[in-house]
This record gives sequence, structure tokens and C-alpha cells, in this order.
Amino acid sequence: MWQQLLPGLRIKLFMTLVLGILYPLAITGISQVFFPHQANGSLITENGKVIGSQLIGQSFALPEYFHSRPSNAGANGYDATASGGFNQGPTSKKLVDRVAAAVERFHAENPGHSGPIPADLVTGSASGLDPHISPDAARAQAGRVAKLRGAPLARVNELIAQFTETPDLGVLGEPRVNVLLLDLELNRRFPMQSSSSPK
Amino acid sequence: MTTVGILQIAIFLGLILLCTKPLGSFMARVFDGERTFLHPVLRWLETLTYKVAGVKEDVEQKWTHYAASLLSFSIFGFVILYALQRLQGVLPLNPQGFGAAQVSPDQAFNVATSFVTNTNWQWYAGEATMSYFVQMAGLAVQNFASAAAGMAVAIALVRGFARQEKKTIGNFWVDTTRATIYVLLPISILGALFFVSQGVVQNLVPYTEATTVEGAKQVIAQGPVASQEAIKQLGTNGGGFFNANSAHPFENPTPLSNLFAMLLIFLIPAALTHTFGKMVGDTRQGWAIFAAMAVMFLIGVFVCYGFEQSGNPNLAKLGLQTNATAGQSGGNMEGKEVRFGIANSALFATVTTDASCGAVNSMHDSYTPIGGLVPIFNMMTGEVIFGGVGAGLYGILLYCILAVFIAGLMVGRTPEYLGKKIEQKEVKMAMLAVIATAFSILFFTALSSVIPFPEKGYWNPPGAAINNLNNSGAHGFSEILYAYTSGTANNGSAFAGITVNTPWYDLTIGLAMWIGRFLFLIPLLAAAGNLVAKKRVAATAGTFPTHGPLFVGLLVGTVFIVGALTFIPALSLGPIVEHYLMHAGNTF
Repeated sequence: MWQQLLPGLRIKLFMTLVLGILYPLAITGISQVFFPHQANGSLITENGKVIGSQLIGQSFALPEYFHSRPSNAGANGYDATASGGFNQGPTSKKLVDRVAAAVERFHAENPGHSGPIPADLVTGSASGLDPHISPDAARAQAGRVAKLRGAPLARVNELIAQFTETPDLGVLGEPRVNVLLLDLELNRRFPMQSSSSPK
Repeated sequence: MTTVGILQIAIFLGLILLCTKPLGSFMARVFDGERTFLHPVLRWLETLTYKVAGVKEDVEQKWTHYAASLLSFSIFGFVILYALQRLQGVLPLNPQGFGAAQVSPDQAFNVATSFVTNTNWQWYAGEATMSYFVQMAGLAVQNFASAAAGMAVAIALVRGFARQEKKTIGNFWVDTTRATIYVLLPISILGALFFVSQGVVQNLVPYTEATTVEGAKQVIAQGPVASQEAIKQLGTNGGGFFNANSAHPFENPTPLSNLFAMLLIFLIPAALTHTFGKMVGDTRQGWAIFAAMAVMFLIGVFVCYGFEQSGNPNLAKLGLQTNATAGQSGGNMEGKEVRFGIANSALFATVTTDASCGAVNSMHDSYTPIGGLVPIFNMMTGEVIFGGVGAGLYGILLYCILAVFIAGLMVGRTPEYLGKKIEQKEVKMAMLAVIATAFSILFFTALSSVIPFPEKGYWNPPGAAINNLNNSGAHGFSEILYAYTSGTANNGSAFAGITVNTPWYDLTIGLAMWIGRFLFLIPLLAAAGNLVAKKRVAATAGTFPTHGPLFVGLLVGTVFIVGALTFIPALSLGPIVEHYLMHAGNTF
């Protein structure tokens, strides 16, 4: 019987060495040589300081910025060490109340908006770190951003169009706008006129 | 549903279809011990493994020895993984300083069970719990091992049909080693590098501190993710490096990486149907199984997609856009990522629960009731819609046994499958597997729905087991039902609102995982041991052909009937009643 059992221990230790240590180290080495930007988190730096990752969403509270989606990552949202969704079911009262509050806030911030609200803008993402909003969700905020930054609405809409990523290979996934990249460009093109405090 | 959405589902299934024959034929050669194009590069590693393990390559095993080897392989895996978690504080590659405090004994038991049984159920958030070393050398290794073991058992069962008047069904160590070295490892290396090119991280540095545009501090979790991501999908494991799993942008950054992840999940299970056909000498048999799986897959994906796209009427009332337009996805976007939208979220949810993967790119807990019923039902079938690596094939072969048995009853003939008479022993073993898993799901669900505990006690600090739910009403019941279904079916996905890191849930879900894995595997190995000794009888005019559309229909019917009759009462109490409550405007 031991003849059938002992290989279990030996083979597991050998697998730990080959698959658990050599394999990931080899992949790490190759990645660091060929894809250093991606392998290290697609980080964005300005003046030598890391301001975020282009793949990880950030929280934007100032009305001069395009806002990201509601997030349940960490206590204040967009905590990139605590990913996760709200996990509220379709008949959850908490869900309906939360979305109702987000809708109300949206109308207060964007009084010019008419018609239905893009669903992604007022619902929580799965990761809590969603870097994107839909192009419609960006356009729904364009009026507010343009007004507060003293920029022509048409120019802001152009910017949205420029930052709209189309589906991969023409068919895969959804059109989307990376909020962090869009807001960074916004700061370059139309700097904030005066500092205002977060709501 | 949109045209582009339907097109993406078609592209996905088309690509799987394209890969099935070449990979299936390749695996048949590998498991028959023939030379392949990879032997010049990797044969040395295979022989080295046998030397280190003390295994004789050409000695075969009876089914009892095969099963004992499988158990030994799993138990040592369990022990090593348990130890690594508890000792992570003193082990290297731990930049965030996690220790035993992050993983209590019952929690470590749960994780070790989970990864050894190919479930990869996770009570923990990876980025706040496990060191890089535990992720790499513990969790990722089990991703390879449990997948290889599943493939080995499937091949052993196939040999039961393919051989005649023999006593042995192969050698577990040889099958597992070959599965790892010639199939899992090469594809994982290529897959990991592709994932990195898309933006999946692969490093060993401490978490990055960023100062955001608005001046807040954001700490960004890092790690050797891509190397684990590839085998997580390919081995239908599904245990995420991060809490948000494949919804996390560092695990699944683009729609292209998403398509690739889904292809990896179905790749081996689909190809194994062809391996099966090759090994039994009639590839039509494999394609018939592929067809039955494809039919069930398409039904599931379109039901799920349809209901998710129609959205939640209680949110639509608040003024949300629920129709898909050119500029946004509409539908039920709660718990979904913008880059995947409705189509790719519904597709991924179906794929991950058809297979025993359990990775998620959206939060199933927030699905519409019927959209969320699809993943639960997929798991309740025993995950035979392509299914887990190996697990899908041996699961569907169990249903083939039942299907020909039912057909035999109808015409009053001793049933045959692939020329082997299906008799008392095989049917008993198949039913043992079905009943054990159904019992595990329903018994534990019922128990957790009613069992009280003192508050702040050891077993369940929140008090009664239902106090761990994030949702009330029918949806709360669905959370419990999903948890034990996922554990028993060795899936690992969750209606994640439920808090399961208490001793009660750790132990009962852990038990469900052991039952679901080994009370399924061992009866099937016993059946294989019985079948391999039988003669293959020649087909006659009275033989029921098992490669035509009639058999495909019978097989699909059997899967649905066994699943439906067993679980409809439980599903009625959860998702089905919730569907009507949602449309009546009730909230809880």
C-alpha cells in the first residue's frame, strides 16, 4: 500500500518547486523584460510621483471632474486593497435606496440632464475599481464639467469622443471611457478656474 | 439582447469548436504515452518527475490502487497547503506582512480543502490575506494538481470503456504527470504571458502607494497574478488572486483578456470529448457528447443574457436606462463592469458555472433572479456542460450511463454503452454519485436555513446561520443555496453577500466540497474498474446508437430531469419566488 501512497508526498513537493516557484519566477522574469509597464500595474506617474494606474479606477468627488461609478471597495470606495461589489440582490431594499440616492444626487449635480440615466453611472461595479464609465455616462456629465471649467460644451464632448475606447478587435466588449485618463486630459486642456471643495 | 452580444457568444463557441479536435487528439496521444511534438522539449521533465516520485512508468494500477493514489495525492496536497497558510508569517515573499492571524485553523482547513478539491471557494480577500508565497507555492500549485487529478480520473473512466477483459485502468501518477507537463504547463506559460500583455500584473513588489488626482492616498495591490491567472482558468479552478476575481482590472483588464479567459475555461473540457472519442475508437461518440453540452450551454447563456438585459424593474422605475444603446449597455449593470457590459458578463457567468471554474467577472449575487438561477442550475447538474477539466467528462459519462439505462428500461433490453453492458454495479455507482451530491446540497442548505447559534459564540459569531446573509427574503435563501451548491459541485463561485468565514460555514462547506469531489470520483472509478473487465459486445440491429441526435436529446433530457426533479423545490423557494416578488415591486 505504501508503494501507492508515498509518491503522493514526493510528487507534491516536486510540483511545489517546479510549478510553485520556478514557473512563476520565470513568468515574472520574462514579463519584467518584455512587458515591464503592464507587469508592474500600468502605473501613471506625474513629476516622478505615482498618481494611479490606468487600469484601476479612482474616486472623483469635485464637480469639475467626470465622476466614476459608485464603489464598494473599502469604506470610501476605490480602495485598491479591498476590491469587491455591493453584493445586494435585485429585491434588496438597500440596493433600491442606494440607487435612488445616487439618482437624486445625479440630478442635483446635472440639472441640465433630461431622459433616462445611463445605468452604469448609478450602479456599483463588480470590482469596486472599475476604471470606466460608458460614453453616455460621460456625456451625461459633460454639461456640468464644461460649465464649471468655462470650456465650450462641444470641446468637452470632442474630448469624450477622443477618449472613447471602441470594442476590442471591433466586436469584443463595450465602448467605454477611462475616467482617470479623461480627467487628466481635462486638467491639461481646461485647468480648473478656481479651487472648489468636494461636496 | 444586441446583435453584437449574440455575435460574441457565437465567436466564443466557434473558437472552442475549432480547438476541440486538435487539442483532443493531442491529449489522446499524451495519455496513450505516444510521442508528441512536445516530447523533445519536455520528456526529460516527465522522466525526472517519475524518478523523484519513485514511480514506475510502465506499471499499471487496479481501480482500488488508482483511487488510493488519488487520495494520497490529495491528502498530501491538503497538508502542505494548510501548513503554508498557517506559517506564512515566517515564509519569504510576504511584503505586506500577513501571518497566521489572517488565517485561523478552520479558515485554513476550508481553503486547503477548497483548492485540493478543485473548488477554489474563497472566504477571504486574497489581497488582504495571503502572502505572495502562499499564492504561488500553495494555491497556484494546487490549481495545477487538482486539475491534473481530474483529468486523470476522466481518462481512467474512459479506459474502462475503451479496454476489454483487463484489470487495470492506468497509472494515476503517470496520468497526472503527463496531464501537468504536456497539457497544463505549456498552455499556462503562453496564457500567462498573454495575460501580462493585456495588463495583468506579474511582480513581487510591495503594494504601490499612489496619490490620486484629488490628492487622496490609494494603495494598489500587486503580486504574481498572471502566472496564477492562466492556470486558474485553464484548470477550471477559479480562485481569484484578488477578492473581485476576474472582475478585478488586474486579473482581467480588457474584453480580449476576458474572451481569452473564457476560452481557457472551456478549452480542455471541450477537447476531452474528442479525446474520449479517439480513445474508444469512435470519434462520433465524442461529438455527440459535445453536441449535448453545446445545446445546454446555449440554452443557459441565452436565458441568463435575456434576463440580465431586461434589467431590474425596480431600478428602471427610478429613471435608469435599461435598453442597450450605442453609448451604454443598459440592463442590470449592478455588480457588472463597464468594459464587459451585459453580454460578456452573462456569458462569463454561464461559462464559469457550466465548467467547474467559479471565477467571476461580475457579482452573481446582484443578478436578476432568473439570471442568477442559471449559474445555480448549471452547478446543480453536476457541472457536465463541458464541465471541469476531467470532471466534466466523467460527469457526463455518468449521465450517459443513466441515459442508456433509462432507454433500456423503456424497451426492456439490457442497456449497452460503447459495447459494454451497463448492469447493476454501474447504475448503482452512478446513482450513489448523484444522490451523495444532491444530499450534500439540500441537507446543508436546509440546516443552515434553520440552525441557531449563540451570538458571539465560537461556531458562528453573528448568531443564527442566517444572520450571515447580506440580503433578506428569498434572496437570502438563494445565498445559502448557492453556497452549498457551489461547494458540493466544486465550483467556487458565490452569491458573495454571505459571510462565510466562520467555523460553521468553513466546516460545512468544507465537508460539502469533500463529498462533492470524492463521493463522486470514487464511485466512478469503481464503475471503471468493473467496466474494464467486461467484453465489448458487437453492435447489432437492436443496439441503441449513442452517436445520433436521438441520443443527444435523451442525454440532455436526462441531465435536465435529474437536475430538475431533485432541485425544483429548493429553486422555487429561492430565485423563482424572488422573480415574482421583484416584478410585484417587493423589496426586503
